[in-house]
Amino acid sequence: MSDPGILSATVVGADAARDALAGPRGPKPRRRFSRRNIFIYGTLIVVALYYLLPLWVMVVTSLKGMPEIRMGNIFAPPVEITFEPWVKAWAEACTGLNCDGLSRGFWNSVRITVPSVVVSIVIASVNGYALANWRFKGADMFFTILIFGAFIPYQVMLYPIVILLREMGLYGSLTGLVMVHSIFGMPILTLLFRNYFTSLPEELFKAARVDGAGFWQIYVQIMLPMSLPIFVVAMILQVTGIWNDFLFGVVYTKPDLYPMTVQLNNIVNSVQGVKEYNVNMAATLLTGLVPLVIYFVSGKLFVRGIAAGAVKG
Amino acid sequence: MDPSISIKHLDLSFGAVEVLKDLNLDVGQGEFLVLLGSSGCGKSTLLNCIAGLLDVTDGQIHIQGKNVTWEEPSKRGIGMVFQSYALYPQMTVEGNLSFGLKNAGIPKAEIAERINRAARVLQIEPLLKRKPAALSGGQRQRVAIGRALVRDVDVFLFDEPLSNLDAKLRTDLRAEIKELHHQLKNTMIYVTHDQIEAMTLADRIAIMRGGLILQLASPNEIYNTPACKYVADFIGSPSMNFLDGAVETAQAPRFTCGCGSFALDGYAFGHGPVAGPAWLGIRPEHIATGAAAEPMPIRLDARVRLVEPLGSDTLVRVAVGDQRFWVRMDGQSSIAEGDEIAIGFAPERVNLFDKHTEDRL
Repeated sequence: MSDPGILSATVVGADAARDALAGPRGPKPRRRFSRRNIFIYGTLIVVALYYLLPLWVMVVTSLKGMPEIRMGNIFAPPVEITFEPWVKAWAEACTGLNCDGLSRGFWNSVRITVPSVVVSIVIASVNGYALANWRFKGADMFFTILIFGAFIPYQVMLYPIVILLREMGLYGSLTGLVMVHSIFGMPILTLLFRNYFTSLPEELFKAARVDGAGFWQIYVQIMLPMSLPIFVVAMILQVTGIWNDFLFGVVYTKPDLYPMTVQLNNIVNSVQGVKEYNVNMAATLLTGLVPLVIYFVSGKLFVRGIAAGAVKG
Repeated sequence: MDPSISIKHLDLSFGAVEVLKDLNLDVGQGEFLVLLGSSGCGKSTLLNCIAGLLDVTDGQIHIQGKNVTWEEPSKRGIGMVFQSYALYPQMTVEGNLSFGLKNAGIPKAEIAERINRAARVLQIEPLLKRKPAALSGGQRQRVAIGRALVRDVDVFLFDEPLSNLDAKLRTDLRAEIKELHHQLKNTMIYVTHDQIEAMTLADRIAIMRGGLILQLASPNEIYNTPACKYVADFIGSPSMNFLDGAVETAQAPRFTCGCGSFALDGYAFGHGPVAGPAWLGIRPEHIATGAAAEPMPIRLDARVRLVEPLGSDTLVRVAVGDQRFWVRMDGQSSIAEGDEIAIGFAPERVNLFDKHTEDRL
């Protein structure tokens, strides 16, 4: 650098010198159809087809009339598209005494899922916040017991809960089922929220205390606005979990209040009459629609929240 | 005048681990006290105790003459600045500054006035409407200081506030904090592991180790007459050179080691000369070389082993027999590995420590 002659020579001759470079230069060229790529993409495509095939069969079958289904060809697209089975599954299919289709179960499921999700998330997030930030005496013990709850098989608790609900006069009601769902969501959700709140910088909490904020104020004004991803994760877990639940729904409610999954089972497994495959397929798709929509809408946030909260701790 | 902060017989343990042991400390009005120590020495823990963020196991904390041992952090009359800034990410700078004041129920007009004043002092007026994510590190730390400033408190607590900044910004903000202290004249307690910050900022430094304060004195005193070998070793970069030997008091006190024996005329013994094994410590910058070494009472011949030019200084590692020394020389000195040089120092510059207790003799 100290010699101006060399400096200017480099500048002037730069392009020429660059062109004269022999041998490998710049990014390494990649072949699009290398053996590695063919293998990776080949495997991925085969696996994707394998998982998508049942869905394809369901969608196609639900759009066919019964005569067409009887011809076989379950993979073939419908010759004549009909939405009749969907209408029937939603509004006319019979389960037991009721012949108003899945719509009744859908609204039951909504009335079960919404309060259960809200109640369980509200309670679990406060639990997690208290366990992470306000280290009260016996906090570890409390947490251990709560987590232990997650490992007890449902079958063990099924009947005792029947008795509990009966004694409280809630057996067979939606309130009782909402309560059961909220309680059973508690261990995993508390763990989720505790880990997330632990991963937030502790100094933020200290700063808020120096600023004179109390338990609820720190929770609402400082912690909540930073916790959208983990709330989305909790919401997805709970919505899909509770929507897809069959066991609690069938045990703790009565036919009028059966959730959609129980009703679906009753439609599909009914023994009298002709098996209407197209109606069954449509009913199944309708039942699965809610979790599917949830996944599609919030997929990105879900990944972010899982990465932020669940990996650590 | 009453001390601003007074800590009396403070104990703190986490289960079986004793972090602070019977700690006593008085901080004067308007004093800038730095708690200095390596990580795990209890300095941040002590600060958290003063702030009320940790419950103490035993003892009392008084702030402005009031016993605040059981008070909430917000009621202690303190402002705190954290290492990670700890700004509320979803609030604007203005929201961050006003959060504590709103909680205290202060009228809107006064909140606005205090924010304006703090923003003017810290030169963050153009940033008031921004979110913390849109600020640089230095700006964030200024806002964090502002959050303490608007509280109009007597005591500021700093928990390693500059450790997350890059070197240049650290130097700038260090000077700003010092200016701020001159301007506000608040009591400030500042935790750091950086000795340069401690030396430049402090009125007094408390050097901590294992939950105890080893020495509490002015930066000058800590540098020149360290109370024990740990303090001597901790302060100064490169650190003090130590010679392993013994003090003899048969006639005039002498120090004998592997590299020679020399008289200690002029060394101020704390409790009179004591014979026995000892460490002799001498700072690299107190060792003269070449012609300057000639008039020194203690002279040794050394061979240069390593040269580290820093521009402003040159650090030279020399060997006398099997003893290694760091020597600080002029930045422009032409010296190379393998050179033979004379080094020398004066007995009044050395520090003697008992071999076993490591206390100053």
